[in-house]
Amino acid sequence: MQLLFYLSALIALLAAWRVIRGVNAVHALLYLIVTLLAIALMFFMLGAPFAAALEVIIYAGAIMVLMVFVIMMLNQGDSAVGQERAWLSGRIWRGPALLCAVLLAQLGYLLLPAALASGDAAAVDAVAVGRALYGPYMLLVELASMLLLAALVGAWHLTRALKHRPREEG
Amino acid sequence: MAELGVIGLRVLSLLGLLVVSAALLTWLERRLLGLWQDRYGPNRVGPFGVLQVVADMLKLLGKHEFVPPFADRPVFVLAPAIVLVTVLLSFVIIPFTPAFPLVDMNVGLLFFLAMTSLAVFGILLGGYASNNKYALLGALRSAAQTLSYEVFMGLSLLGVVLQAGSFSLGRIVEAQQELWFCVPQFLGMLLFFVAGIAQSHRLPFDLPEAEHELTAGFHTEYSGMKFGMFFLAEYLGVILVSALMTTLFFGGWLGPVLPGWLWFVLKTTAFVFLFVLMRAALPRPRYDQLMCFGWKCLLPLALLNLTVTGWVLL
Repeated sequence: MQLLFYLSALIALLAAWRVIRGVNAVHALLYLIVTLLAIALMFFMLGAPFAAALEVIIYAGAIMVLMVFVIMMLNQGDSAVGQERAWLSGRIWRGPALLCAVLLAQLGYLLLPAALASGDAAAVDAVAVGRALYGPYMLLVELASMLLLAALVGAWHLTRALKHRPREEG
Repeated sequence: MAELGVIGLRVLSLLGLLVVSAALLTWLERRLLGLWQDRYGPNRVGPFGVLQVVADMLKLLGKHEFVPPFADRPVFVLAPAIVLVTVLLSFVIIPFTPAFPLVDMNVGLLFFLAMTSLAVFGILLGGYASNNKYALLGALRSAAQTLSYEVFMGLSLLGVVLQAGSFSLGRIVEAQQELWFCVPQFLGMLLFFVAGIAQSHRLPFDLPEAEHELTAGFHTEYSGMKFGMFFLAEYLGVILVSALMTTLFFGGWLGPVLPGWLWFVLKTTAFVFLFVLMRAALPRPRYDQLMCFGWKCLLPLALLNLTVTGWVLL
């Protein structure tokens, strides 16, 4: 089990590396999907099967499909690959590298024996998630749903038939 | 070690059974279509034409594996595999008998939803990698259709989950000892069936591969066994949705006198027949009609179903 966990962690890291280094947008997206699936597997092994299933359904299944959809519509050819290759060289790596170093330091601190001993892990199933969402986090759920409603209304407005829109200048 | 061997044997037997029944389904469909359209269908090769399946398979295997020079090669090869693997993985959770679901997960139903949402990638990437306008249009349609119908497929299943109190398919079947869920969840059943047809791209929802406008949709550029994998996945999808209808709404293995597995097979076969009958009988709608129907009619109905079920249970 532990071996499987580290294996999927390794896959997630390698795939994430390919996402950043990739010059072809669709291939990079495919690697991102692999990363998400590997993370879902890690959730599953950590005792959160519900979170794992949601990770696959929502992130890998829905959001990434929309991204692939958009990139397909743009239909970028080889010129985009060349441009990406030109962007991905030299000084552009400094900022991300700094942020990653901070994260790495934090990870190292968490792996110290003192920090490890205080952590506690337990399996979280669908019922527990539901109780948490509709108990202490009720307000956040409502706020998120309002945000989504606003997005929905906005999308509806943008795609209304042209004759209902106010006349544009020029 | 012996335990691993048993698991391996079960996986292999299920795999063999599924591939053979999907292949037979291609023959069965053509014979049934023939019956309902007042003609014979394939009846030359072997008894009743059963060996037509073998002939078709040999033809597909013998064909030239052609990858178009303008295609995105790695993605082009990967796409049919994604479609086939996700459909096959979904079968892992189906409880054929009380003792034979390969895995009885406590998130079983969510696993099925996850696999169907991953299957979209196969079609989308197949269409993209072909670098062909018909394939791209087919793939775009397919993605939009699948995403829309996925939304209320999940919602229509939640009624069942609420009544059974679990995502595990084994527990859902056991909860139907008294009464099959097709009675209290009648609306949910209809919605799931419509969504299931849309997910498996069968008529009347086969817009992604509408022959008269898109040649063959997303698999226009595919030939040989790569096309065969798309084809097999479609028929496996039909069996999968039928098996899920049986499990979720018609009591799975439950039934008097006959053994459990036979009940399961009989019920599933009945739904497969229904799939074929719909292909024989229904015309294909326009694409915008399909989307309107999904969002403006089926989604509100699914929400209503969920609300009423929750209200009754509380």
